[in-house]
Amino acid sequence: MKKTLTTLALSVVMAAGPALADLVIPSLSYRTGPYAAGGIPFADGYEDYFKLLNERDGGIGGVPVKLIECETGYNTEKGVECYESTKGEGALIYQPLSTGITYQIIPKATVDDIPIHTMGYGRTSAANGDVFSHVFNYPANYWDGASGVVNYLLEINGGDIKGKKIALVYHNSSFGKEPIRTLEELSKKHGFELVTLAVDHPGQEQKSQWLQIRRERPDYVTMWGWGVMNQVAVQEAANIRFPMENFIGVWWSGAEHDVLPAGEAADGYKAVTFHAVGSDFPVFDDIRTHVVDKGNASGAGDNVGRVLYNRGLYAAMLAAEAIKDAQAANGTGDVTAGMVRDAMESLNITEERMAGLGMPNFGPSFQVSCKNHGGSGLVGVAEWDAGSQTWSQVSDFAATDAEVIGALITEDSEAYAAENKIAPNCK
Amino acid sequence: MFYREAGDFKVSYPEDSQTFPIKFDRFRYYAVMAFAFLVVPFIINDYWANAILLPFLIYAIAAIGLNILVGYCGQVSLGTGGFMAVGAYACYKLMTGFPEVSMLVHVLISGGITAIVCVAFGLPSLRIKGFYLAVATLAAQFFLVWLFNRVPWFYNYSASGQISAPEREVFGIIITGPNASATATYVFCLVFLTFCALIARNLTRGTIGRSWMAIRDMDIAAEIIGVNPLKAKLTAFAVSGFFIGISGALFFAIYLGAVEVGEAFGITKSFLVLFMVIIGGLGSIFGSFAGAAFLVLLPVVLKVVGVDVMGWPTDIVAHFQLVIVGALIVFFLIVEPHGLAQLWRVAKEKLRLWPFPH
Repeated sequence: MKKTLTTLALSVVMAAGPALADLVIPSLSYRTGPYAAGGIPFADGYEDYFKLLNERDGGIGGVPVKLIECETGYNTEKGVECYESTKGEGALIYQPLSTGITYQIIPKATVDDIPIHTMGYGRTSAANGDVFSHVFNYPANYWDGASGVVNYLLEINGGDIKGKKIALVYHNSSFGKEPIRTLEELSKKHGFELVTLAVDHPGQEQKSQWLQIRRERPDYVTMWGWGVMNQVAVQEAANIRFPMENFIGVWWSGAEHDVLPAGEAADGYKAVTFHAVGSDFPVFDDIRTHVVDKGNASGAGDNVGRVLYNRGLYAAMLAAEAIKDAQAANGTGDVTAGMVRDAMESLNITEERMAGLGMPNFGPSFQVSCKNHGGSGLVGVAEWDAGSQTWSQVSDFAATDAEVIGALITEDSEAYAAENKIAPNCK
Repeated sequence: MFYREAGDFKVSYPEDSQTFPIKFDRFRYYAVMAFAFLVVPFIINDYWANAILLPFLIYAIAAIGLNILVGYCGQVSLGTGGFMAVGAYACYKLMTGFPEVSMLVHVLISGGITAIVCVAFGLPSLRIKGFYLAVATLAAQFFLVWLFNRVPWFYNYSASGQISAPEREVFGIIITGPNASATATYVFCLVFLTFCALIARNLTRGTIGRSWMAIRDMDIAAEIIGVNPLKAKLTAFAVSGFFIGISGALFFAIYLGAVEVGEAFGITKSFLVLFMVIIGGLGSIFGSFAGAAFLVLLPVVLKVVGVDVMGWPTDIVAHFQLVIVGALIVFFLIVEPHGLAQLWRVAKEKLRLWPFPH
């Protein structure tokens, strides 16, 4: 106890207040631990975009962005510590990049009036803005991803996958369990058979799961993996000579480091995606000019243009656009988290707007509303070419099964609202 | 100098065998208690509660629980994470099943349920010892995590397998969920820690505690002088489980609010609590506090110093943290195998003799 008090005194002295009038954006990143391979490029992309805005435009609306990075290691306790230590600095928006941490901070951030943007992860039913007022998961969520996988299989099978067998290899955590319900519903609807195989954290050990796949002989395998689990799975699939073109990952299982270790064997592996891949966009020239060439790139600067780097960039872009809208709506540069939340609720990302930012067709166009925090749910498919070591989009952003997903979202969010006595947020 | 024992006479047995026989110690203890109960609740904010004090209080309860089993009774256990999960899930089922009942009751019942589970897994200790028992409790750890991941009933069939604490009250004060004030959660955990520490202290110096220590020091001899090993071992498992269950329930309901069993109660949790007990000092209540404080505060202090003050990259600091914590553990175990509690004892002896060293 005595110890506690000394450190208490110490850190009170240390935690001097931040310089006011900056736009504070925390980056809850993880550059260490079993998920660092995915955490590093995302954090780099997120940070580089704000660095670009500061260098090129002097911030957003003339107000510089102050990014506070906090290492979570994908660990929920550290995530809570990071949230608590950054929220007092005037944080405008959180992007925790961890479903576990998202579940922790949804109730807290709602009370503290700070928006959370969980892009393609987190609690899927948060797409119902009527219940989850401060959580946004546009442009697409896990269930869109699951539906996107099934739609792609329908597309390549001429619209009929009756009697096919699809195996789901999933990370045995809330993140990996998310798509199961949706896939079960879709299997009833389309008449395919679903086999689920859990892989325990961190995912190094998958021998038995792939032996089972060998025995079951599914037509297709889809995967909800993250971190080290992905490369192990791709390698194991190659080992049992599972045809790679029938193996489709979620967007968290579709980055370069997931497939590179398997070399040539990974050729043809696919993953769904909700944003563009590759670095063929004007914005990357600006990043090279203003950030990389000046020696300011985050991390080692070797991730520019990679899949997860692009995702971090995209997340930062959406955050910056919401802040711009908030500034315009309130006629002040110095916005609050509450204003940013309101702006996110009416965010409208069009093709022209993305083109104006040097990111034409970087993601689907979408319009957020009070009732719909999930955006349009358009999902594309990318394929890995081991020869040129590049990802390329093989199927354009297409609509997912809104009927099935909408019903599930309503059911899950209403249960949450009843359990926590939440009044509807929309008028 | 500090310890003036002149005139501090004892005229009865209870006086002589009290927890703090030296007046200076006793008043220091009163001062700490008064500060914790009467000052901290009024100056605490969200960051101090959620990032530092709550984890410290909760881990201290877990460390006391494990210390009873490992430090006092000599039964090495690696199942702490699993037993904390039992407390957490018991609390969740009780909270959602009986929303109108006070959280105080739920937390205590969660402790009771965990005690029963802990005894069930403690049964092998009657036949096996040491390393083999550690492996048996390790099996408990993995089995329990698997169970909570596998059986949907435990997480009320939620889509993601997460459990989230709904809002509950104690005497009309909101204690769980996002609207709970820092003061309320802190005081709630503090009351439980005080209660657990007092019980543990009084058990360990009574008949039961002596029989535990007899079993720890030499079980054959203990049996010959009439200690019933079955009773001693199983009471140790039960009491330890009770405390660990309480800590698990608080960990889930008050501190985190949402839990995923594999992530929050994995094997790392078992090791963390074991390290707390080892660094703090085996067979010492103060050691449980010191170990918990050390391992909760050290990462936070390193982070504050490294990132906020020095401005180093976060990943470098995180890696250094591992190195420093590991090095400190090794250093401590070499310099003082009996932990922080022993360091404190030695310092106290020196202070009592000061300025006349032998």
